[in-house]
Amino acid sequence: MSEPNPDLRAMLCGIRLDDPILNASGTFDAIAAKRVFGRRLIDRFPFSAFVSKTITVAPRHGNPPPRLWEASGGLVNSIGLPNKGLDGFLAEDLPQLAALPVPLIVSVMGSSPEEFAELVEGVAPREEVAAIELNVSCPNVHSGLIVGEQPVEAEALLVGLRELTAKPLIVKLTPNLADPAAVGAAAVAGGADALSLINTVKATPIDPETLRPWLGNQSGGLSGPAVMPIALAQVRAVAAAVPSTPIIGMGGIESGLDALMFLAAGADLVAVGTACFRDPLAAERIRQELTKAMRERSIFSISEIPGRTGWALASTEIEGQLEG
Amino acid sequence: MSGPDRTLATLGRRRAEVVETAKSGAYHLITVLDRGGPEPQPGQFYMLAVADLPGTGAGFGPAAGLGRDSQWTGRPYLPRAFSVAEAVVGEDGVRLSFVFAPVGPGTERLARLGVGGPALGLHGPLGVGFSSPRRLNPDAAGAILVAGGIGIAPIAIWRKRLAATNTAVRTLLGFRDAAHCGGLELFGKCANLVLVSEDGHLGRRGFVTEPLEEMLAGDGAAGAAVYACGPPAMLEAVRVICAERAVGVELALETPMGCGFGACFGCAVPLADGGYLRLCVDGPVVRGDRIETALVAGSGHRSRR
Repeated sequence: MSEPNPDLRAMLCGIRLDDPILNASGTFDAIAAKRVFGRRLIDRFPFSAFVSKTITVAPRHGNPPPRLWEASGGLVNSIGLPNKGLDGFLAEDLPQLAALPVPLIVSVMGSSPEEFAELVEGVAPREEVAAIELNVSCPNVHSGLIVGEQPVEAEALLVGLRELTAKPLIVKLTPNLADPAAVGAAAVAGGADALSLINTVKATPIDPETLRPWLGNQSGGLSGPAVMPIALAQVRAVAAAVPSTPIIGMGGIESGLDALMFLAAGADLVAVGTACFRDPLAAERIRQELTKAMRERSIFSISEIPGRTGWALASTEIEGQLEG
Repeated sequence: MSGPDRTLATLGRRRAEVVETAKSGAYHLITVLDRGGPEPQPGQFYMLAVADLPGTGAGFGPAAGLGRDSQWTGRPYLPRAFSVAEAVVGEDGVRLSFVFAPVGPGTERLARLGVGGPALGLHGPLGVGFSSPRRLNPDAAGAILVAGGIGIAPIAIWRKRLAATNTAVRTLLGFRDAAHCGGLELFGKCANLVLVSEDGHLGRRGFVTEPLEEMLAGDGAAGAAVYACGPPAMLEAVRVICAERAVGVELALETPMGCGFGACFGCAVPLADGGYLRLCVDGPVVRGDRIETALVAGSGHRSRR
């Protein structure tokens, strides 16, 4: 008798998903992709939930070019969050995103707690929106501190936003600090329902001709396979710090085995980002490969993956490792 | 904004076997058989998955066998965008031809491909192609096509299409020097062809924009519709020449591109009225009056070694 296919169904804060593979915010524009691929994108949608590109209160054009730099095994980008602003998003984009065949998560970023509140109050009441992801990699204009780098700021922000909606609030953690787990724990203490990580790793490519920074914005963020081991370390650390909070793990996932590694590191769900640029159906292939990788290991559901249990962080993961 | 100029892409990456490779002057031509895709519009492009070619390992991550090729430096990682230079529909699929020069790790891998070897991963057709002379200029009496260097690719397929519809076409091809010249076969026994080179090795000496200015002065700009592809400085010169004479012009631009289908927002081109367009979904063919400049920082062919 042949063994059954693994059950990939997953849950995110009460939202039932067919499988644990989402897109990373800002790496797939479903509206543009529909223009390019037409109806077939809807018939064969590659993700189990869709995370929008980050929106801000006011419209943004984004950063001056060049915006991209191909790195070894990855990509540095400095796109600058181009978007139509909250009103434009609600009027023009949301109706189109609501037509996607999967739950919708809207990513928002504010430069103050007031802006975050305006975004959450604008987006949360819309029934098309299943959850909200908070992009906290931006300075608070009042304190000058990057919210996602400061546990105190992160907790205070979540306490304020928690009162505004019962919908799941997901905090997207930045990897650009010594202790992402402290920020993750603070966000959860403030009321976050889930955490997602990692965002891009701060990076500055140098133009070999001018010997000055290549990107129009000078610095950007590295993504792709080059960052995957960093992401796995941070997922383990955050998973250990908030054992009962759902985690969406991402950072360089290119294969089903990569996805399985994230789930084993403590993620409940995974997101595919830069790999989508190489192939718009990368997530579909990764899903097939994950199924195969689980079957080969006699793992028949996501909950059977060791993940959160059966291990503890080694002291070297907490204290840091001796170099060399 | 989908319309007749955009043929929708097949979703996802597919394999296309190599059916012909050739050198043409300093350029390489590669023809692949796309069994799964539609016929592209002239001006549309494909993303070629150069990172998946032999020598790069079977992907990325611990299982991928990195380091199989001692020359591999982690690049190419992303696919590369190429305008289609010729598309021939047959019973078994569409034969797509691309022109390239081996200037970096992606194009060097393309140059190693051969008939009977590994198939090339691609997705497309992508972007919007050229619009008809009458759409560009209701009074158009014909089309003037201007190509610089490797920018001959979309101009070649567009010339063929226009000629097939009995449109009067004049074609200007400019090259820097013999080391940056090739692909003339794509134009066959083309009538009304003007060749220009900066070093004088081919045709008349000078810039390709010079005969363009003469043509626009000669027959009056009123009946002209101009289409151009080439290096950023040439396209900017064409844009300005046409703007000064109020001649309708479409430019096939090139910028660094991450994905080709609007996902990465990397291919920003400044708009005349502020903000940016995404060249992969709003271009690569754009009207000259839509953009602020064709001199987009980071665009153009540059080696990174």
